[in-house]
Amino acid sequence: MPDLLSLFLAKYNYWVVIFLMMIGLYAMMAKNNLVKKIIGMNIFQTAVILFYVSIATKHDASIPIIGHGHNGHHAIHAADYMNPLPHVLMLTAIVVSVATLGVALALAVKAYQQHDTLEEDEIIEQLKTDYLSQQ
Amino acid sequence: MDFPAYGDPESPASQHVSPYYIEKAIEDTAVPNLVTAVLADYRGYDTLFETAVIFTAGLACFILLRRFRREPPQFRLYRHLDTGVTLIIEQGGKEPTDSDEFRRIDSQWVPYDLIMQKAVGLVVPFLQLFALYVIAHGHHSPGGGFQGGVIFGATLILIAISNDLRSTTRRISETISSKLASTGVLIYAGTGALCLLLGANFLNYSQLSKLIHVSTVMARSHGILLIEIGVGLAVAAVMIWIYYNLVSAGRHDEGL
Repeated sequence: MPDLLSLFLAKYNYWVVIFLMMIGLYAMMAKNNLVKKIIGMNIFQTAVILFYVSIATKHDASIPIIGHGHNGHHAIHAADYMNPLPHVLMLTAIVVSVATLGVALALAVKAYQQHDTLEEDEIIEQLKTDYLSQQ
Repeated sequence: MDFPAYGDPESPASQHVSPYYIEKAIEDTAVPNLVTAVLADYRGYDTLFETAVIFTAGLACFILLRRFRREPPQFRLYRHLDTGVTLIIEQGGKEPTDSDEFRRIDSQWVPYDLIMQKAVGLVVPFLQLFALYVIAHGHHSPGGGFQGGVIFGATLILIAISNDLRSTTRRISETISSKLASTGVLIYAGTGALCLLLGANFLNYSQLSKLIHVSTVMARSHGILLIEIGVGLAVAAVMIWIYYNLVSAGRHDEGL
């Protein structure tokens, strides 16, 4: 049992990420309101970002900026600096997620102008009656 | 349970290309901030298309929401700023032109908050200066085009929230913001094309040394600065462009 607990604690970052990811997935699938779905999508994106950033950490390592004291005088060891690659990927992903959030909200505004509601079941009901009246 | 432990320096993610980036980036590009070096130099293509994605998102918001043709309203409302009196001007009536004294509003309950506007007016210049610092100092400290661009866009959104949307669109119109966004992407792609013209690969900045008479390593550092400026322009312009369209549902009136 203590083995299982230490196993859990040594890799707690993955559990936090899975927890957040499932909150986002639940909101995207189960919520009825389109804006709540978009919030769920954003929580999901945040979980992915946290996953990448937590992968980049190394014990006893500094941020990935070479200090001026090291400037060409000492050899630079990869173990002393955190992995910059996941940081780079997430830096762009954060800004892109803001932009896609804008597009998602624009689509929600469009749906509201069309149907006067943001509830998914009411929109589907309206689409059904429209379709039946056309036949 | 085969995932690497938290903070493991031997984890697979830190094994393949990242040791090369950490150990060689400062020799190759003279940029101490490894994130900037990897972002703008080693992974330049990736960042170019991320910028294109952001530009496309701004364009998508514009196409989805923007409404140009609307029937003109029955009457227009103007507020006299000193007294707070609201004027109702019927269609065809003479409209006040002095924007220092009168401001157009869309409904009578629009609040007018002097304290908020003056406080924002005090803070915004410093925030914009900080945004420019974050863009320009991205080589040595955390920062760069994306972060600085977002801060700059946020200051303009702050003006729009504290006043109204028209006061921001008077300063930076929609045309200007869309042109700035495309200019930013063009600066980035143009820097790459310039390297191509100088006989190197696309986005290989070392050949810029032929133009500016510095070593090839310093040329890569300056090339990174050039594309960070492009990214900053594009991101800031797209942020306010999306905000303009989203907050007024494409009508570009007083907004929130």
